[in-house]
Amino acid sequence: MNRAISVTVNGKTRKHEVEPRLLLVHYLREVLNLTGTHVGCDTSQCGACTVIMNDMAVKSCTILAVQADGSKVLTIEGLAQDGQLHPIQEGFWEEHGLQCGFCTPGMIMQALQMLQRNPKPTDAEIRRGLEGNLCRCTGYHNIVKAIQYAAKKMARK
Amino acid sequence: MATATRLFGSSIKRREDPRFITGKGIYTDDVKLPGTTCAAFVRSPHAHARIKSANVVKAKASPGVVAVFTGRDLANAKVGGLPCGWLLPGIKLPPHPALAVETVRYVGDAVAVVIAESAFAAKDAAEKVEIQYEVLPAVTNGLSAVEKGAPTLHSVAPGNICFTWSIGDKEKTEGAFRGATVVKQHLVNQRLIPNAMEPRASLASYEPVTGDLTLWVTSQNPHVHRLLMAAFVLGIPEHKMRVIAPDVGGGFGSKIFVYPEEVVVTWASKQLGRPVKWTAERRESYMTDAHGRDHITDAEMAFSKDGKIIGLRVKTHANLGAYLSTFAPLIPTYLYGTLLSGLYAIPAIYCEVVGVFTNTTPVDAYRGAGRPEATYLLERLVDLGARALKTDPAEIRRKNFIPADKFPYQTPVALAYDSGNYGPALDRALSMADYRKLRADQERLRREGRYLGIGFSTYIEACGPAPSQVAGALGAQAGLWESAHVRVHPTGKVTIYTGSHSHGQGHETTFTQIGAAELGIPWEDVELVHGDTAAIPFGMGSYGSRSTAVGGSAIVMSLNKIKEKGRKIAAHLLEAAEGDVVFEDGKFFVRGAPSRAKTFQEVALMAYLAHNLPPGLEPGLEATSFFDPPNFTFPFGTHIAVTEVDPETGQVKILRYVAVDDVGRVVNPMIVDGMVHGGIAQGVAQALWESGVYDSSGQLLTGTMMDYALPKADQLPFFETDRTETPSPVNPLGVKGAGETGTIASTAAVANAVMDALAPLGVSHIDLPLTPDRIWRAIRGAKKGGRA
Repeated sequence: MNRAISVTVNGKTRKHEVEPRLLLVHYLREVLNLTGTHVGCDTSQCGACTVIMNDMAVKSCTILAVQADGSKVLTIEGLAQDGQLHPIQEGFWEEHGLQCGFCTPGMIMQALQMLQRNPKPTDAEIRRGLEGNLCRCTGYHNIVKAIQYAAKKMARK
Repeated sequence: MATATRLFGSSIKRREDPRFITGKGIYTDDVKLPGTTCAAFVRSPHAHARIKSANVVKAKASPGVVAVFTGRDLANAKVGGLPCGWLLPGIKLPPHPALAVETVRYVGDAVAVVIAESAFAAKDAAEKVEIQYEVLPAVTNGLSAVEKGAPTLHSVAPGNICFTWSIGDKEKTEGAFRGATVVKQHLVNQRLIPNAMEPRASLASYEPVTGDLTLWVTSQNPHVHRLLMAAFVLGIPEHKMRVIAPDVGGGFGSKIFVYPEEVVVTWASKQLGRPVKWTAERRESYMTDAHGRDHITDAEMAFSKDGKIIGLRVKTHANLGAYLSTFAPLIPTYLYGTLLSGLYAIPAIYCEVVGVFTNTTPVDAYRGAGRPEATYLLERLVDLGARALKTDPAEIRRKNFIPADKFPYQTPVALAYDSGNYGPALDRALSMADYRKLRADQERLRREGRYLGIGFSTYIEACGPAPSQVAGALGAQAGLWESAHVRVHPTGKVTIYTGSHSHGQGHETTFTQIGAAELGIPWEDVELVHGDTAAIPFGMGSYGSRSTAVGGSAIVMSLNKIKEKGRKIAAHLLEAAEGDVVFEDGKFFVRGAPSRAKTFQEVALMAYLAHNLPPGLEPGLEATSFFDPPNFTFPFGTHIAVTEVDPETGQVKILRYVAVDDVGRVVNPMIVDGMVHGGIAQGVAQALWESGVYDSSGQLLTGTMMDYALPKADQLPFFETDRTETPSPVNPLGVKGAGETGTIASTAAVANAVMDALAPLGVSHIDLPLTPDRIWRAIRGAKKGGRA
């Protein structure tokens, strides 16, 4: 009982027939081969699968691919433009905001929404904004610094 | 371009980051092979049960199913059990089949595997496997399991005792306690669940025509995986098996071990002639990744009148879980009992450990592995001693430090510390924390009814277990050296092949920093290869904070061989005596005549052209080395936590965290700081939040991220870090380990801070984790009379 969906991912419209139970994250990873979006838990706690869907950060393990029909989705692979890193990506690199890198794509996508809503966050606001994203390597110290780096850089633009 | 002279010790941005921040990392589950099948495991819902029957007919008929195998199928095919890599005298070694055959012994124990065309099809069919169980009584607690009448897990281990081990001088220690001031404490070091963010995964691909088998696996040590699986489990010729550990999303110990799932998919790929992939769901990670800690301990410390520690007596029951994981016996023995002197001069120590089987997930190394347990125990007792003797906790520690002029120092528990100078780290931490002001603030706030606590942890760590000969005598079934192959290409570019493995540590940055600094060439000219048994001679991998100290030193050995050969070639080209040619900043030159020089690149080219080499010298420029260190390295430091406890709710807030560590020389300070931050976070989480909990029937109550309290960003402060630098004399780089210091130190620092906060309320000890509920109850208990 597959259903036809059409999703615009990183600016490209993709059409597929999918099982109704297919999660968006598995559609991205298995069907579109966009493996930068990760699965770290089954219960929507870790945030490794965070992508932007219709301008909202969502956990793509909690959305069915069929629910994304007609949506615009941005994944980590679509963030850098013309080979130029996004300031958030640059911040994570500059401030050593990652170690194993597994949570990083979700952290970056979450930070993107956070900074769009609050371009000048305090450290405490950043920490609260990461409530739905877990990192086991960094103790969050440098992730907060990375997002502050991006906030400052984006404010200059 | 980073200049060579400033490379060592420089915080260069990581080379691995561009792929991770753009979503281009390749983790095991990201590897796609045509024709791949997917595996789903059927797991026991019971903690202890006899398998009465296994019916796979409906599962086999389920759409898309390729094969279903049970434990019986593996046994019939003579698939070996999972081996244990560290054997103690008298140890009981029960069989550990990859799929249970007659009995299941913990919730999550795998009993069958379904292999299908898709993950959906495999999971659907797994639900159709019908296993009938006869449920048996279960035991989950390490003390209850050795009581009379407890259910027995393995017939080879009566009373569930796997081993009894001791270290130190029992009689001398008993003597030290006579007439001394003694503090005693019953301590529970709770079970932790590692939670690397990337779940375990494996993808095996057997090529029937050539007989080659390739396994991609989430491993911290691909060669160890290959050796154990080839030689002990599957009987595949070692040279026909290739293990690749690609990008690995954190390990913290949990990806050292050989697990049932990777054995099963590898075997199944050979049966089916198709690739087989398995990726854990997080609930499977909780049930089956080796857990950590889980000690129940009674400890006593004896003090002289003037506050010197004169004796330490410890008895620990270490819960090993249902089977022996790969290095399980090592952790609560040689990585625990040997650390019980800490950085203190304690003349008499005796420690006895009972390793116990229970109906729980196997327990093995988790970040720190034995050393956090030792440090927590010591630091809690020292604090209790300070309280009993009415001494400042910083001063009682300083008074007992091994003096700087006493190194090398032989402890009463086997280790010989090579170097150390503990006072400066304590001084620096006290000054960073502004200790006097903190105590004054504490006094003032107490008068306002607020409870500030200041907690110390002065710790030592033993990293890079060594040397191999001693490890072998103590039960290791492996050597503990590391290899490095350095290949200089004709253009003078360099590839380093290390047997070490990075799963977040940043080897691609730090190891190439070492290479470029030593050779005086641009950092960009050096590449690192790790994680592939086809490319690297052999390797022991990364754990125990050994990568740079052992693996980095092997690189230096190979670089030295290359420099020596280069010097021969340069001397020949410069028509100078070999002894007169020196190598500096990427140039070979005649001593005193720097213009008579050949660059490293010129010499490399000649090595391969071989048009004009010294007589008898082979062409080419590469070298392989194996570094077997003469001893561990011993990082140390002082951590100070400042907490505030709300007496009404029991809530703890961490106000500040100061860490001064000595990890010897530092290759990349940014990377070391990052590891310290992450380590502290994990240790703080043990103190306050994390706990792996089973109910009395053996169900894992903390089996998802909803139930197991991993730390979040808004629960942690920024960490204030600094370093002292005492180079290690046991390796050519002078480096020590840096990956576990934070975890080893911070649990005790936070626990001591909370107890310090609660001191005026009459509370002296609460077992971990220090949840609001436990703190609130302890305060109420103390109010009702009697100390908590």
